[in-house]
Parts: sequence; C-alpha cells; structure tokens
Amino acid sequence: MSSDLKIALRGVHKQFGKKVVLDNIDLEVPRGKSLVVIGGSGTGKSVMLKCVLGLIRPDSGEILIDGQDSMKFNAAQREESLRKFGMLFQGSALFDSLKVWENVAFGLIQGRSMARDKAKQIAIEKLGQVGLNPDVGELSPAELSGGMQKRVALARAIAAEPEIIFFDEPTTGLDPIMADVINDLIKSCVQKLGATALSITHDMASARKIADYIAMIYKGKIIWYGPASQVDNSGNEYVDQFIHGRADGPIKMDILKP
Amino acid sequence: MNPLAIIGRVFLDFLSAIGRVSLFTFQGVRHVFTPPFYLPLTIRQMMVIGYYSLPVVGLTALFTGMVLALQIYLGSSRFNAESAVAWIVVLGITRELGPVLGGLMVAGRVASAMAAEIGTMRVTEQIDALTTLSTNPMKYLVAPRIIAGIVTLPILILVADIIGVMGGYLVSTHKLGFNAATYIKNTVDFMQTLDVVSGLVKAAVFGFIIAVIGCYHGFNSKGGAQGVGRATTDAVVSASILILIANYFVTELFFSGK
Repeated sequence: MSSDLKIALRGVHKQFGKKVVLDNIDLEVPRGKSLVVIGGSGTGKSVMLKCVLGLIRPDSGEILIDGQDSMKFNAAQREESLRKFGMLFQGSALFDSLKVWENVAFGLIQGRSMARDKAKQIAIEKLGQVGLNPDVGELSPAELSGGMQKRVALARAIAAEPEIIFFDEPTTGLDPIMADVINDLIKSCVQKLGATALSITHDMASARKIADYIAMIYKGKIIWYGPASQVDNSGNEYVDQFIHGRADGPIKMDILKP
Repeated sequence: MNPLAIIGRVFLDFLSAIGRVSLFTFQGVRHVFTPPFYLPLTIRQMMVIGYYSLPVVGLTALFTGMVLALQIYLGSSRFNAESAVAWIVVLGITRELGPVLGGLMVAGRVASAMAAEIGTMRVTEQIDALTTLSTNPMKYLVAPRIIAGIVTLPILILVADIIGVMGGYLVSTHKLGFNAATYIKNTVDFMQTLDVVSGLVKAAVFGFIIAVIGCYHGFNSKGGAQGVGRATTDAVVSASILILIANYFVTELFFSGK
C-alpha cells in the first residue's frame, strides 16, 4: 500500500435489487490532491461517495482511508474516521431550524464539544473566507439565495479543517458566474487546508478548474482516469463524448425516439 | 400471479416491516441511555409535544367529559341510578377516554409533524449531513423525541383528566341539576389511585409509540415531497392503530381478574 494514497477503493461493488450501481470499482485519490469524478446522472457517482463516507455499505470490496479498511471499522473507529471528512452536499443540506452561524459551527459544537462562543468566532471567520459578512450568520438558511447557501455549506465543510473534503455536484443549480465563484472558493479552501478533495460533477468547467486528476464513471465502472490536463486528449470516446456534451456517441441515453 | 404467492409476499413484507420497526425501536431506546444527551433538544421536544398540544387535548377532554355526563345521565335515569354519573365520568375519563383520545389527538398532531420534519431532513440529505458532522442522527433526532414523548404525555393526560372531569362537573351541576358539593364528593370518594395511574402508564406507552413511529416513518421516507407526504400519513395511521392495540394490552395488564 502506497502511503501517498489518502483514499483507495478496491473492487467496490454495490447493487440495489438487480440494479448494479457500482461494478467492482477501483479508484485512488493521492494525498493532498483533488480528484474529480465525472459522469452522467445515475451512473453511481453519489453512491460511490456515500460508500466512502459509510452512509451506504457496499456489498463487497475494500475502502481504504489512510491505508485502513473503513468497512472493518467499529462504531467508535467510524466516528473517529468521520472527523477527517468535510462534505458539501448537492442541495447544501443546511439545517433549516438553525441560524447560518450555527450551521457552520455545528460540527465544532456537537461533534467536537467546543464552547459555543469559540465555535461562533470560528464560524464567522469561515463565513468570511467564503465571502460572506458576519451579519449573514444571524440569518436562517431559508433567507439566503442558492449561491449563498452553497457558500455557507462550503464554510460548514471546512469549519473543522478536515483532511478530506467531498464535493457533491458543487455547482449544480447555480448561474455560470456564481458557479465560477464557488469553484474558486473550493480551490482556494482546499489549497489553504492542504486537504485531499474528492468531487463528483457533470459540470466540465468545474471539473477543469478544481481537479488535479479526473476519473470518468460509466455504468458503475471507472472507464478512464488521468491528470486533468490530459482529459481533452484522453483517447477515450466515452470521455470525448461526455466532455463535449454530444448526443451522438457510445453513451446512449435511455429515451424513446419520437 | 399465483394467489398463494401474493399472500406469501404480503406476509413476508409484513414480517420484514415488523423487523425494521423493532430494530429501529431497539436502536432508539439504546441511544436514550447512552451519552451524549441533548438536553436542550429534549426540552424543545417536550414543549412541542406537551405544551403546544395542550389546547387541542384540553378541548377534546372538556367536551368528552361533558358528553359523557349527558349520556350517562340519560342512560342511568332509566334505572334511577343518576347518582352514578360522577363516578362513571371520572372512571371513564381517567382510565380510558383521557389517555386514548388524548393519545390519538397527539398522534395526529405530533407523529405527523415528526415524520414530516425528519422526512424532509432525509430527502434533503440533512440526516446524511449530521453523520458527516460527527453527530449520530439516532441520538440527535430520535432519542430526545422518545424521552419527551414518555415524560410529557402523562403530564398532558393528567391535565386532560382534570379538564375532562371538570367538563362532566359543569354539565352535571349547571344543566342536570346536581349539587356541586355532592358531585365533587362522589367523584373523590369513588376515584381510586389505580384509575389515574393506569391512565398515566397508558399515556407514557402512547408517548413512546408516537415518538418511535413518527421518527421511523420520517427516517425511512424517500422520493421527495410525495414520499414525505406518505410518511406523514403512515405515521398517523400506524401510531393510531398501535395506540388502540397497546391500550387493550395495558388495560389487560392492570385490570384483568379484578
């Protein structure tokens, strides 16, 4: 096992009923690097991410975090392992019963038993890092725009200064300018923390901006993996079709022709 | 399809559902007794379950007591046994109508609210977010509601008992011509501690059922707004049926052979 790998998936298989979602996937994320997994809707990206987090249990395979198989963790080890992670959810997943600053400080107060005053200070500081002023902290999530909610979710993901950050479709539903703002923030936050990042997206602009490495998932398999700079010359017709957004190609959509 | 296969499938689904609810209940109860304990959340749930249910449960008890006095008077007058009104009202309210009708009203109000709130958290990934923030969702969402249900329902039903008996008193003294002092004396003389205690034990059991079933359906909701709506309906229906079933067994436990 190379010590340069922060996360490694070995033969991970998951199916729901007869539908195979992850088909013996192998994937590696080098320490301190940003891997973006691209792929269409329903190809297994989110399930893969949730398997790594332990939210879904794979049917077979190994998921190694810092060389340790997370599928063999007991409850205490899993809890300890989760402290290494931060995650930005696709829909932000902010707790609507809490104020914005309480959302950002949630992991510090509940997960790490930090005093509320100190946690609030850190939350305000993290909100500043994502370009939001302290007043926003007193609002409720429902009062924020989609872009602001994403920024709050990013602040929450980095609040505990995790070693690994997951980004689930970070730019979905945002206008192109706000999407670029979020991409810049993701890049700067990950670099500042020196964290390992694993993102899933079908937004190629986002992938190009935040990735060191890109992998493509199709029908539950990783069909291409390489440096982000080589994605345009991958030599893989599936990747070419996807990154250029062409309807014609080896990837067929399950839609009825009129 | 073979009819026997259909019956078998339904039966297996039923057993599977019982297994899932039992496992969920066991996990929920286990987290009630293991730290960390979320006292502020528990107090908030007590307010939601108890204080905010007081108007609806109080009105239900008041009019039930009033109707009970009228009906018993009409029935007992056929046998010249009008003096039985006071003790039948207190017996009926404390043993059965207070806890059962109160429990059903709270099931309608609270189980649905719990299922809707937790169900929305499920479909918007807020429950997954709790896990990634090192917070056990069973401990954070379910345990406080179970404690609040068990503690608050008996207090609520005790108040409902008093209001229900008062309803009977008002009708008896102002409409049916009973002497106020005699009515109160009859009520106090005939009421036994067991009448009240059995009702309060029932209330605690109903509180437990309401919390567990509300949380279970919320936790297992899926499919967006429609799924949350279904979870809400299922929570109310199954909590109400379980309350009626549990009522029989608790009554049997207290009064069989007496």
